[in-house]
Amino acid sequence: MLDTNKKLTITFSEEQEQLLDIATSFARDKFPMDKARARIAAAEDFDRAIWSEMASLGWLGIAVPEEFGGSGLGLAEVVTIAEPLGRNLAGTPFVSTTLVAQALLKAGTSAQKQEWLPKICEGAIGALAIVEPHGDWNLAHLEAKATEAGDTLALSGTKTFVTDAASADLAIVSVSLGGKPALVLLDKAALGKAVLERETVIDETRRSYRLKLDGVSVPKANLLDQAATVAALSHVDAAACLLLAAEACGGTSGVIDVIVEYLKTRKQFDRYIGSYQALKHPTVDALLALEAARSHLYYAAGVFGQGEEGEIAMRMAKALSSDAIAFASDRAIQFHGGFGFTYDCDAQLFRRRGVWCEVQHGDAAYHRRKLADLIF
Amino acid sequence: MSLTTQELDEFRKGVRAWFEENKPADPGFLLPLSFMEVGTDEQFYFLRDWQRKVYEAGYLGMAWPKEYGGHGKPQALQDIVTREMIRQKVPFMTNTIGLNWAGPLILNMGSEEQKKAYIPGILSAEDIWCQGFSEPDHGSDLGNAQLKATRDGNEFVLNGSKIWTSLGRHAKYMILLARTKQNTNNKYEGLSFFLIPMRIPGIEVVPIRKLTGEYGFNQTFFTDARISESCLIGKEGEGWQVAMATLAFERGAVGGQAGGHAMMSREVAEVVALAQTAQRAGRPAIEDPTIRDRLVQFIMEERSMMLNSARSKIKALNADRPFSIPMSSKLVGSEYQRRMNQFALSLQGANAAYYVGDDLAYERGQWQRSYFNSFSATIGGGTSEIQHNIIGERVLGLPKS
Repeated sequence: MLDTNKKLTITFSEEQEQLLDIATSFARDKFPMDKARARIAAAEDFDRAIWSEMASLGWLGIAVPEEFGGSGLGLAEVVTIAEPLGRNLAGTPFVSTTLVAQALLKAGTSAQKQEWLPKICEGAIGALAIVEPHGDWNLAHLEAKATEAGDTLALSGTKTFVTDAASADLAIVSVSLGGKPALVLLDKAALGKAVLERETVIDETRRSYRLKLDGVSVPKANLLDQAATVAALSHVDAAACLLLAAEACGGTSGVIDVIVEYLKTRKQFDRYIGSYQALKHPTVDALLALEAARSHLYYAAGVFGQGEEGEIAMRMAKALSSDAIAFASDRAIQFHGGFGFTYDCDAQLFRRRGVWCEVQHGDAAYHRRKLADLIF
Repeated sequence: MSLTTQELDEFRKGVRAWFEENKPADPGFLLPLSFMEVGTDEQFYFLRDWQRKVYEAGYLGMAWPKEYGGHGKPQALQDIVTREMIRQKVPFMTNTIGLNWAGPLILNMGSEEQKKAYIPGILSAEDIWCQGFSEPDHGSDLGNAQLKATRDGNEFVLNGSKIWTSLGRHAKYMILLARTKQNTNNKYEGLSFFLIPMRIPGIEVVPIRKLTGEYGFNQTFFTDARISESCLIGKEGEGWQVAMATLAFERGAVGGQAGGHAMMSREVAEVVALAQTAQRAGRPAIEDPTIRDRLVQFIMEERSMMLNSARSKIKALNADRPFSIPMSSKLVGSEYQRRMNQFALSLQGANAAYYVGDDLAYERGQWQRSYFNSFSATIGGGTSEIQHNIIGERVLGLPKS
């Protein structure tokens, strides 16, 4: 049983404080909410110029050791960037690229690390292909396969929710090899041989692709260390949860702003609708859910990777942030009345973002189930 | 004065040992869980003596100034003591109003005479304090208080009544919000704030029976009770501002409290223990997936409060809404307690319908009692509904309701 009386502290470094400050202004400048629809309609997966700036700020190498060109910090620092980006509904390959780097760090061969990590730090785009059409949150449930054929691996099967794959310089793909999970690196040439189909996803700020691997072969040298793969997958899963929690907290904060703005300016029956307690009180509840989720987020960031406590904290942050964004963005639609039912209302953008954050890598109930097994 | 981690650890060890050695034995009667539940004299004297013992050991008012009976030490030390008291589940500090809001208020804006007169007795529990805010017709609408304080030379004459005066029967002093001016443009302008003696002619304290069937609350009647003008704290007519400052201390939105815990909160660990013994279809209830899910939610909520408090100390993580966490802690904590107590009843199966006094009641019916008593915090100090308004208006900037 968890010691529920243990005093918990949140560590927040100077680096985190600086990054949060810079990323907050950056997200506000580069991803203003009034341009969200233009971003959705853009032909490119994302804005290359903004991406280059993010790379030159060193953000892609934050959690990469200095020997590979990074700054040797950790995911706790990445959280401070993911949160403000989420608040402004930014669509960038920042999270997927960070996760690809994490997969390489945990299971990449030294040649793979030396080749790819410095490139990632400089702005190479990483795509993560670890989800399959069955939609199971258990990442070890693999139907995509790799079969050894001489010096090559022949791949087959389909991966889903591969964001920004069409722009990616590399992808990390999970497959089953000899009945065990394996990770395979696909460079631009190998990706070119695969079939990429744009998916229609609920969160339109994301560009998601289906990756069909049938007919694709890669040299055996592209296989990551299979002995380290199970641990790497679990690490990437945990990191994804942490960063999704950060995006969800950011999104919750953003949508609370949308609600409050409307409640302060819209009048009905000669009164501002924010003066009605039927709207005011649930808005406060949304705020309280955000504060709790955010406290869990920054605690989880601080203890990330620290054994069972790290896992408990990460799952709590994911569960609470999922519920927080679900409640706030759902109420945002309702509180806008008829306007809330239209595509023009920003509430739907946050609700769509919310659903994505909730259901990727396990929803709230899934993580609570895992927590019960960890705690009791 | 900043202390090293090693010094803090040493200090904690000493504190831990002192409380282990000195914590009172089971008195043989049910102790109240907060100052609002002190219903009998034996409960009161037991708790008063315990507070005095803690104070005399140097563990209360540690950060309050020495000249008024405090110990002039860093707040961090008092925080360690308070935490240890909660951890060891020792009885709470019964002079709650004095220690947590009347005292901080006096230290903050009282005159030198007031500080000298009142602070030492608050710490030693020699002088118990009660609060005269709510009136029978004015609960949440505090600004509408109607108890009259009519000036007569250098005295005020009090007429009217105050309600929910916890500790009223034992109190030597009261913090009182009264109307010194009628028919003002704005209802707040006619209010003044007093520190008054309770044992004077014209003040009568009548116990009120609570929903638990026990006593602890009172109604206080004022009939031509005369007090000196020196009882004023803040200026005449500025009582509302003083009351707001007091509430900020009461709700924990502002620091400066003497330390020690004010109530024996139920903890989720106790509910987990209950789920381990309670049965569902012949198996421990904790094996039921729906119960496990609820328990996990309560554990997360309990952690939220601790983590909110940890995060509220990091300025950069409160940049958007700096008062959000401190202003909501009372609402979050009290509603959590209420729901958790309610859930604890549901774990007891059919026996949840027993009450204090029946030998089949689980743990002497404590959960039933603490569920009912949990409403004192969701209602007292501004109801949860009023808290929602306050947070909506002051933190989110929503229009007034």
